[in-house]
Amino acid sequence: MESVLGRYRNLVILMGVLFLQVLGLAMQVKRGANEASDTRLIRIWAVGLLSPFERGLVWVEDSTGNIWHNYFYLRGVRAENRELKAQIEQMRLEQVRLTEDAAQAHRLQGLLAFKEQYVAKTVAAQVIGSSGSDSSRLVYIDKGSNSGLQRDMAVITADGIVGKVLMVYPSVSQVLLISDQSSGVGAILEKSRLQGVLRGTANGEIVLERVMSDEQVAPGETLRTSGGDQIFPKGLPVGTVTRVGAGKDLFLNIKIKPAANLSKLEEVLVLVEKQEKEPAAEAAVRVRAADILAQRLPSVPEKPADAAAGTTKAAVPSATAKPKAAGTPAVQGLKGAPTNALQSATTGLQGSKVVKPVSSPPKQKVSVAPSGESNPEGSQTAPSITEQKPANSPSIQPVPPADDSSPH
Amino acid sequence: MPITYTSGEQVEVYRFSIPVTIGVPLLALFVQAFVPLRFPRFAVYVDLPLLVTIFFAMARRSPIAGLFTGAVIGLAQDMLGHNPIGVYGIAKTIVGYGASSLGVRLDVENAGARFLVTLGFYLVHSAVYFTVANVLVNMTQHWSFWHGLLAGLVNAFLGVLLYFFLDKFKQRT
Repeated sequence: MESVLGRYRNLVILMGVLFLQVLGLAMQVKRGANEASDTRLIRIWAVGLLSPFERGLVWVEDSTGNIWHNYFYLRGVRAENRELKAQIEQMRLEQVRLTEDAAQAHRLQGLLAFKEQYVAKTVAAQVIGSSGSDSSRLVYIDKGSNSGLQRDMAVITADGIVGKVLMVYPSVSQVLLISDQSSGVGAILEKSRLQGVLRGTANGEIVLERVMSDEQVAPGETLRTSGGDQIFPKGLPVGTVTRVGAGKDLFLNIKIKPAANLSKLEEVLVLVEKQEKEPAAEAAVRVRAADILAQRLPSVPEKPADAAAGTTKAAVPSATAKPKAAGTPAVQGLKGAPTNALQSATTGLQGSKVVKPVSSPPKQKVSVAPSGESNPEGSQTAPSITEQKPANSPSIQPVPPADDSSPH
Repeated sequence: MPITYTSGEQVEVYRFSIPVTIGVPLLALFVQAFVPLRFPRFAVYVDLPLLVTIFFAMARRSPIAGLFTGAVIGLAQDMLGHNPIGVYGIAKTIVGYGASSLGVRLDVENAGARFLVTLGFYLVHSAVYFTVANVLVNMTQHWSFWHGLLAGLVNAFLGVLLYFFLDKFKQRT
């Protein structure tokens, strides 16, 4: 027996080492993927060993890159600045339209007692490493539990969602990308409003599952988070449909190009805090066009008390007058929108001759529609002041399109 | 103090200093984890820890040293991912054992032999990894022969260059 063991010593040791590893694998699989706490310690060692080097290299790379970008690569900045300014103007005009839409959506949500999740707090982090393996699509970021990160927090960029925090170490975290096979994100198609589950495939592609084959999905349609996974808030950009084909089990095979560039991630945001709010329905009705206009029109200096006595109130309100009910969510669009948005909204009204907000009956809501020129979709709606129902009326009416009789 | 593994009789057996024994695999793991951030295809086609495993196993020419080198490097590679620990470990243990056993019998010092050995062991590694991942761990891995062959050729070419560089750290016993 001893001679046999001695003769096949190498083979016996090989079998022993393999057996131990298979045993370890079996134990991990039996416990389940989510209960990886027992393997956590050795993972911490491995990550702790490599992350300082990765951190250092990223720092050197960034420093070198900053020197290049800040000092040498200034060619074309002036032209770019001009373009960006023009873009900002366009976006301001678009913002006015979106503000109106958002206000209306908030009112409707308030009426239906919907609750929405908002991104309340994010932590910026830098990507410092990856798994280095094609079968495990994850990245490491340089923030961990010391920065308030926890498991299952959403990770995004300005372009779209990236993944979720899988493991948290003191100063490093592991982020599972949405392209990994074990990842799953609730998503909704923007136009058709079809919901599905976003998953990664073995070859690194991303597909939208659970959309029935009798539904119509067109390539190019954009995809947003549905909020159903309780990780990503609703409405974050996910990607675009690139290909639609027949899948198995009566489902479509929809391939998605992610909005965020997952193969070249540098900085990401971790959503460390989400807020749940219920929009109020009554808020917007208190905002009057007169109040908005008052911000733009020159004010009449207040007369002394004795001189003012016996005179009627100034027809044009003071420019310092503030819109009412500014703190309510329904007017967040108006309040929250920068003053520039309001300025843009009233730009068309500023030079107009016929401005008679004060002639409108009291307690009537007046809404301001954006200028037709400013509408990015090209619909030619003239700036209009339209009357709506009194403030205490719960019904919501859309702003009718302006006609020629609208005051300019 | 150098670590010595001697088992070959006819062929030359090499040893490596402790910094090289620890530093080179660590550097390979680091590069494997960092480079895909800038060149995403790197992780798809290149397996530096595997090349390092093959090199050390062939140079030491001791099956036991080879299998332990493979096991340690493979397990470390497993730890960087989120899949169960041991999949790469098993694959690289077998490669380490095989490469060192082959190193005892063949002259693997010339570039042509190294190219073929690396290509062969890359395919063996892929096959073992695929089997373990699909059968034992229930990971869904797709096997593509052409992709495997292409990646094998890339690794073999890179391996020849890498071995030429790592030869400088060899110490004769």
